[in-house]
Amino acid sequence: MIEVKGLKKEFNGLKVLNGINYTINQGEKIVVIGPSGSGKSTFLRCLNLLEEPTGGEIWFDGTNITDPQNDINKMRQKMGMVFQHFNLFPHMTVLDNITFAPVRLKMQTKAEAKENALRLLRRIGLEDKADEYPNRLSGGQKQRIAIVRALAMNPEVMLFDEPTSALDPEMVGEVLDLIRELADEGMTMVIVTHEMGFAREVGTKILFVDEGLIKEENTPEEFFSHPRNERLREFLSKVL
Amino acid sequence: MGWMDEIKAEFVKTFIRDDRYKVFLTGFENTILITLVSIVVGLIFGIVIAMLRYGYVQVKKRKPVTAVKKAGYVLYFIIDKILALYVAVVRGVPLVVQLLIMAFVIMAGFPNKIVVCCIAMGLNSAAYVSEVVRGGINSVDAGQMEAGRSLGVGAFDTILYIILPQAFKSALPALCNEGIAVLKETSIVGYIAVVDLTRASDLVRSRTMAPMMPLFFIAAVYFACVMILSFGVSFLERRLKQGDRG
Repeated sequence: MIEVKGLKKEFNGLKVLNGINYTINQGEKIVVIGPSGSGKSTFLRCLNLLEEPTGGEIWFDGTNITDPQNDINKMRQKMGMVFQHFNLFPHMTVLDNITFAPVRLKMQTKAEAKENALRLLRRIGLEDKADEYPNRLSGGQKQRIAIVRALAMNPEVMLFDEPTSALDPEMVGEVLDLIRELADEGMTMVIVTHEMGFAREVGTKILFVDEGLIKEENTPEEFFSHPRNERLREFLSKVL
Repeated sequence: MGWMDEIKAEFVKTFIRDDRYKVFLTGFENTILITLVSIVVGLIFGIVIAMLRYGYVQVKKRKPVTAVKKAGYVLYFIIDKILALYVAVVRGVPLVVQLLIMAFVIMAGFPNKIVVCCIAMGLNSAAYVSEVVRGGINSVDAGQMEAGRSLGVGAFDTILYIILPQAFKSALPALCNEGIAVLKETSIVGYIAVVDLTRASDLVRSRTMAPMMPLFFIAAVYFACVMILSFGVSFLERRLKQGDRG
C-alpha cells in the first residue's frame, strides 16, 4: 500500500533520514519508536509530504507521490494525520472542524457531512460538544476530535504523530482506546509513539528508528523480548 | 462685555454668519467619505498583498521541477519583490508627498480630487495593513497550516479559511490603530484643495480671524470619530473572542 524506497531528508545540511526502505501493507499497524531526534517523526511526516523528501521515492496505491506531477491534495485526502498538538481549528466549532474539509473539497454536501460528523461524535461520546469551541475541551477530548476529523475524510491510512505525548496522564487512555478500536476495525495505520505497552498490544510490526535508519523491524513479541540491535537494547532498557 | 458674550460672538461668527456651518458640514462629509473608502481599499489590497506574500513563502519551500512551474516560480518571485518594494516605498515617503504625486503626476487632470485622495490614501494604507496582516499570519501556529493541508485542502483555501480568520483576530488592535491613523491623516487632503474638516476650519478661520473656535471644534470632532471607531472595534474584538477560553 505504501512503499518507501531509499527515503532521505536533510534540513539545511543536517541529515535526518539516511535512506529508509519499507513497505506497509493494507491492514498493518506499524508502530515506530526511537530516541528523540532519531527521525521517526520526520519519517512519518514524509509519508504525506508534510516534509518534502530530499531523496528517494514514496509509492502510495501504485502512484509515486514524490513525483512532482502528482496531486498532493488528492493523496492527502486518503491519508489521515493526527498531530501531537491536536491542531484543531480554534475559530471553528467542533462540528465545523470535522465538516470543513469534506464540504470544502466537495466530497460531501453540508447536510451529509454534518450527519456523518454527528455519527462520529456519537461514537466517541462527544455529541453534546458539537457546538463547542475546541478551547473549552480537555486535551483528551481534543485529540479524539482530531482523530474523528481525520476519519471524516474516510482515509485509507491513518498517521499518528505521538498522539498522546501532549496529554495529561489520565487522558492518555481514552485516546489510546479510540486508536485501538480503529485498529481492530482493520484501519491501516502508522503510529509514532512512546507508549511501549500500547505499541506491543496494537502493533503488527514495530520499527526501531535511529540515526535516520530503520535499525530493527520485527513482530511485537520478538521486538520486545529478543531485541538484536545494540542501540535498541539500550533504548528499551531505559524506557521499559 | 463678559467672556460668555465673547464666546457667543465667536460662535456666531464661526458657525452661523454666512451659513458657515455648511462649510464644516461639507468638510465632515468629505473626511468621513475619504476615511471609509480608504480603509476599505486599504483592507482589501492589504489582505491581498499579505496573502500573496505569505503564499510565496509557502511556495518557496518546494523546489520547482517542471518547466511551467519554474516559470511560475520566477514570476511569483518577481511579484513578491515588487510588493516588497511597494511596501518599502510607501513607508519611506511622506503621505503628503504621495498624495501630491498622485494628484499632480499619476492622476493629473483627473477631475474628482476626492477619488484621487481615496486612491492615494487607500494604497498607502494597504502597505501598512499588509504588514499588520502578515504579522498576524505569522502569529498563527504552523500546525494550523499543516492540519489544513494534511486534510487535503489546498494552500489557498487553507490560508483563506483557516489562517486568515485567526490572523485577523490577533491583528485587530493593530488594524484599529491603522484605521485611526487613516482618519487623522485625511487632514492633509487640503493640500490638493479638497475641503475636508481641517480645510473647512482653515477657510472659516481665514475669514473670521478667530482661530480658537474652529480649531477646537474640529479637534473635538476628530476625537469623537476616533472614539466611535475604537468602540466599534472593541465590540468586534469581543465578538471574535467567542472561541477563546473563559
